[in-house]
Amino acid sequence: MTLYHQIAENRRRTFFLFFFTFLIIISLGYLFGAFYGDSYAGALLAFIFTIFYSLISYFFSANIVLAISGAKPIEKKDNPYLYRMVENLCIGAGIPLPKIYIIDEPALNAFATGRDQNHGVLVVTRGLLESLENEELEGVLAHELSHIQNQDIRVMTLAAVLAGAIVMLADIFLRSSRWGSSRSRKSGGILILIGLILALLSPLFAQLIKLAISRQREFLADSAGALLTRYPEGLAKALEKISKDPMPLQNVSEATAHLYIKNPLTKGMFASMFSTHPPVEERIKRLRAS
Amino acid sequence: MSITNYVLIVLGAIVLFAFWLYNSLVRAKTRVEEAWSHIDVQLNRRADLIPNLLETVKGYAKHEKGIFENVTKARSALLGAKSVKESEEADNMLTGALKTLFAVAENYPNLKASDNFKELQDELSDTENKIAYARQFYNGNVRDFNILIKSFPNVLLASVLGFKAAEFFQVSQENSKKPEVKF
Repeated sequence: MTLYHQIAENRRRTFFLFFFTFLIIISLGYLFGAFYGDSYAGALLAFIFTIFYSLISYFFSANIVLAISGAKPIEKKDNPYLYRMVENLCIGAGIPLPKIYIIDEPALNAFATGRDQNHGVLVVTRGLLESLENEELEGVLAHELSHIQNQDIRVMTLAAVLAGAIVMLADIFLRSSRWGSSRSRKSGGILILIGLILALLSPLFAQLIKLAISRQREFLADSAGALLTRYPEGLAKALEKISKDPMPLQNVSEATAHLYIKNPLTKGMFASMFSTHPPVEERIKRLRAS
Repeated sequence: MSITNYVLIVLGAIVLFAFWLYNSLVRAKTRVEEAWSHIDVQLNRRADLIPNLLETVKGYAKHEKGIFENVTKARSALLGAKSVKESEEADNMLTGALKTLFAVAENYPNLKASDNFKELQDELSDTENKIAYARQFYNGNVRDFNILIKSFPNVLLASVLGFKAAEFFQVSQENSKKPEVKF
């Protein structure tokens, strides 16, 4: 698969992502409306809601994801070492300089987001900067920049916000039906029902996110990154270090997990369902084989 | 169908192919030119740093006139370079001259300790890294362009359409050698 195939593939996935999210939210609106006697009004409301929601997520998804992660933007003077490294790699890849953010946490992780090359955002944790050697960090940054260059970031970020919203809704309904039902039986009834429907459908939503994610994409970003630094061993060593790091990230949800270079979720009911990342050993093996 | 029809069909196909080829060549050539502008920006930045560097060094090491001359000469050659080849030569010359300058600077502890000098040294090495990355990007684009021009049947038409192979930007063997460490 070449870069151009990947870009075309990403467009297709973005379309399907929007399509299925629309379908699910509108049918939920239809069901919700049916309980109040007017299913078409429910569907219409849901339709208007999705239009607004998808416009917002198209333009602000990166901001939403950044807000969830708790990342802070940096200037050149805050960290010239990191800043220059990103500048250099961008020159090598021929892409505009993305905004650079740091998450002030000791865990080792990184991700890229934004809706296109010109609005790219690169995020690394403080732990990553502190624990990785020069060429290892360069490997990780090159991997993330390849996600920006291959236009992976749009579909990955939209998946986080669009399909993520449904996953979060399911989560909220499930929790409220579990603990809130004894106090308010009357309104609890419909919440329980919606929660149950969402819970039954959640494998479908997980599938939706998986639709946007492909393991192929991680492998491609690995090899494109290695091509950029001309030193695959750097990323291989970095992946080894990152995979051995036991520290979990604090601010991460099921919906944003697939953005990171390493899955930041270690346990929980969603973790196994969302196997968004290829095994690290396999990635290291492929890097060393090239 | 008569012979003329066949001839017309073949001619039409050739013209269509020429259109397609011309557009691909223009696209690839524009990419090469854009990549070159990335190198040019960094080369200019490098040249801009030199006068400041020379002023700083002169403050501590007045007697190294020969070295200053070499650096200045290389800098003007770089600024006056008209082609990829000339830029490449001037840049390699500048790299060599600067190497001598920094080696000589080792003899002047006050100069080495100066903040201004350290900062300039830092900026210059950053620029050199950026030139290396810009070169990688440029050479990648040149490779794609040259492959397009030289492969069959494009090679038959490319020169007729006025396209020539682009030049790679190379580092001289001498400069790409690792510096020897002596104790």
